[in-house]
Amino acid sequence: MHEYSIVMSLMDQCEALALQHNAKGIEQVELKIGILSGVEPALLAQAFDTFKLETVCNDAKLIMNIQPLVLQCRDCEQQTQVNERTIICPACGGNNTLVMDGEDMMLMQLILDT
Amino acid sequence: MCKDCGCSITHDHADHQHTHGGHHHGQLHSNPQLNDKKTLAVIHKILDKNDVEAQHNRDHFKSHNVTAFNLMSSPGSGKTTLLECLPEYLEQKYAVIEGDLETSRDADRLIAKGINAYQIQTGSACHLDAFMVHGALHHIDLDPIDICFVENVGNLVCPASYDVGTHKNIVLLSVPEGDDKIEKYPVMFRRADVVVITKSDLLPYFDFSIEQAKQQLHKLNPNVELFVLSVKNPESMKIFAHWINHNLEH
Repeated sequence: MHEYSIVMSLMDQCEALALQHNAKGIEQVELKIGILSGVEPALLAQAFDTFKLETVCNDAKLIMNIQPLVLQCRDCEQQTQVNERTIICPACGGNNTLVMDGEDMMLMQLILDT
Repeated sequence: MCKDCGCSITHDHADHQHTHGGHHHGQLHSNPQLNDKKTLAVIHKILDKNDVEAQHNRDHFKSHNVTAFNLMSSPGSGKTTLLECLPEYLEQKYAVIEGDLETSRDADRLIAKGINAYQIQTGSACHLDAFMVHGALHHIDLDPIDICFVENVGNLVCPASYDVGTHKNIVLLSVPEGDDKIEKYPVMFRRADVVVITKSDLLPYFDFSIEQAKQQLHKLNPNVELFVLSVKNPESMKIFAHWINHNLEH
């Protein structure tokens, strides 16, 4: 259940950004969650709803965009998007790929109430 | 456009991450329909603070010429046992930072073997983070050692998300757990630099297929190194110790 500590870090960032931009509150928090980031979106949403109370995110809606893997093949040079947790290039079947996206969890956008 | 570096970061460049003195490419865009709402594009790693602290730990290790390894696995796969037995095969001196929810048993076991160990009790936290490791480093004298092992909390899920500031990730998988764990816990095995299959003396008694494990790793983490060992098999321990010896940071 490390989703709780991830939400605590997220709340810290939201608080700091709200303060920096003189916002009264945050209406919406938009995240990008990679399928290989190690986070379970349902648990993250639950943790967010638990911890947001009495913070700047009290009324905030959480949007999670699930990011599939984006693979850049170094053999066939194709870039592909993959929903399975594998780094095999679907185009040529090789495993000489670079993972371009899908391993991170990012805060992408906030809608501030100013 | 960012005035510090001139880049024009967009949503499509989520991996393009850089900061200039705390500036995180945040831009305000007024929403013309609702004057009191502002959309702020952030593009910021959620665990950014942990990652900064992790780098701080790595720099600290480096300044003392210490190579740090993060040992991760499920509980009972043999992390502490491996660390108890390694001194016999390694010339280098090492210390261990131990993470467990409760008790200092693991640290006590290592101290009994003459290894400097410091126990972090995480309470209910299921993983170590860079801040906890930083705290432990205040209790470990790095000058007399060459290697610092961080023995993470036994868990194949949560520790994978946290960079604790070590140089390499060693993930253990014991034979009784089964070869299917690689496919079931892909994030952990994807983050591994080395996978060590432990308790190999039990291979005759379990349906663990080394070949199957290799195939799964091939799909997830093709450049990972794989070792098969048992602390009861000195030859296998020598091979692993040899790898450690050749993967020191200096």
